[in-house]
Amino acid sequence: MDKEILLACRDADLGYEGKAIWEHLDFQVRRGDYICIVGENGSGKSTLLKSLLGLLRPLSGRIDRAESLRGGAIGYLPQQTRAQKDFPATVTEVVRSGFLSAGGHRLLYTPAQKAQALVNMGKLGILELKDRCYRELSGGQQQRVLLARALCAARELLILDEPVTGLDPAAAQDLYRTLAYLNKTEGIAIVMVTHDMENALRYADFILHAGQGKHFFGTVRDYLASPMGRRFGGESA
Amino acid sequence: MILLEMFTYPFIVRAFVVGILVSVCAALLGVPLVLKRYSMIGDGLSHVSFGALSVAVACGWAPLPVSIPVVVVSALGLLRMTERSKLGADAAIAVVSASALAIGIIVTSLTTGMTTDVDSYMFGSILALSQADVALSIGVSAAVLVLFGLFYHQLFAITFDESFSRATGMRVGVYNTLLAVLTALTIVLGMRLMGAMLISSLVIFPALTAMRLKKSFFGVVVLAACLSVVCFCVGLTASYLLSLPVGASVVVTSLAAFLAATVIGRIRGRN
Repeated sequence: MDKEILLACRDADLGYEGKAIWEHLDFQVRRGDYICIVGENGSGKSTLLKSLLGLLRPLSGRIDRAESLRGGAIGYLPQQTRAQKDFPATVTEVVRSGFLSAGGHRLLYTPAQKAQALVNMGKLGILELKDRCYRELSGGQQQRVLLARALCAARELLILDEPVTGLDPAAAQDLYRTLAYLNKTEGIAIVMVTHDMENALRYADFILHAGQGKHFFGTVRDYLASPMGRRFGGESA
Repeated sequence: MILLEMFTYPFIVRAFVVGILVSVCAALLGVPLVLKRYSMIGDGLSHVSFGALSVAVACGWAPLPVSIPVVVVSALGLLRMTERSKLGADAAIAVVSASALAIGIIVTSLTTGMTTDVDSYMFGSILALSQADVALSIGVSAAVLVLFGLFYHQLFAITFDESFSRATGMRVGVYNTLLAVLTALTIVLGMRLMGAMLISSLVIFPALTAMRLKKSFFGVVVLAACLSVVCFCVGLTASYLLSLPVGASVVVTSLAAFLAATVIGRIRGRN
């Protein structure tokens, strides 16, 4: 049985100013998939993320999005910036800002949105932090807040950019468990750029490996059997 | 009694009206500017504004119609610089502001010399405001208040996290431009009163002070606006009573408020 396709790259060349970093990229994200994007620095992972988010047009080929993802309805967890570390804002303010996507300008959040924000905070176990100041939270708690915000923006797909960078090991494991919960129980598809190969292999269904000029997309088992996978996944698997 | 007597002078009343309006606008815009690390843009703009005003005075043109477009264009330019090169942005802004200031000074000394007009642009004067300035300030601050209110949530979102906002399809560039243009207008208006050297403090101080005391963005915005008005009124009154330049007394009042807030914030943090 085919799962619904949320996002599909079809023979896409991705890159900047006519210079393709990814060539003939074919892969798809289906509802409930868990995909990790791995590879060395500079191999084009952020170019791929930008393209998936719709911030960068493919040089050729297509990136198709499901109807439900149009109008910016993608939950994105960017890398944290330094400015955010001491930002005066309550958890509630941050989470609700996830509703400000492209569609429709409203002066106030609707009661339904406020309720949904509370539900999302509940899912991530940060309900009791809702009036706390973002800058006073631990790194792991901050990531949960940003995840709750991402859930306000979209309920089907989360795109994460190195979410465990800067977290201590316990907080990182916590985050992986939360993502696994969202993936399995809520059926949210997850696409994550990561350097943490060990956990990528443990949690993901599919691996997209970016390499110099060539790439691999397939299941974790196929990846480990591939030359790329043997080289990169070998030591931790 | 002497305080009430102050309001019998029309120029003082004008200074209060314009000052309060500009203080509120500067404080509101200051919160996103400070948090986005754009504080220097305010400083750069005031110097550009000084340059434009001096050239206008030297050529015998009306100062505001000349400087408003120049400063708005510079605001957009400075914004691009800040976005393009994270590393060189503060240096670029410093270069622009020093150059604008230098050009203003040279043009002035070649033509009219340092007149009271030019001096008042540099250090501010409550005598510099005309009835037309009051009308313009009311118009511009109404625009700032309405736009800030309409786009409050969007401004919060782009201030907190530009990449997320971009990814969810918000037109981040439009809001950044809006912020820069409104800042430019506020600075041109406030500069006559506060002086080119000191106007940026009106943008930066209230936000910094409020951030020490409040934990929510909304709280910071509201407190910054209130503090800004209070500091302005205290500063202007002090300047009247002690015959001090307005800009400097407002800045010193703001500094006192900032130091007090820092101490209060520390004490609270310890408990």
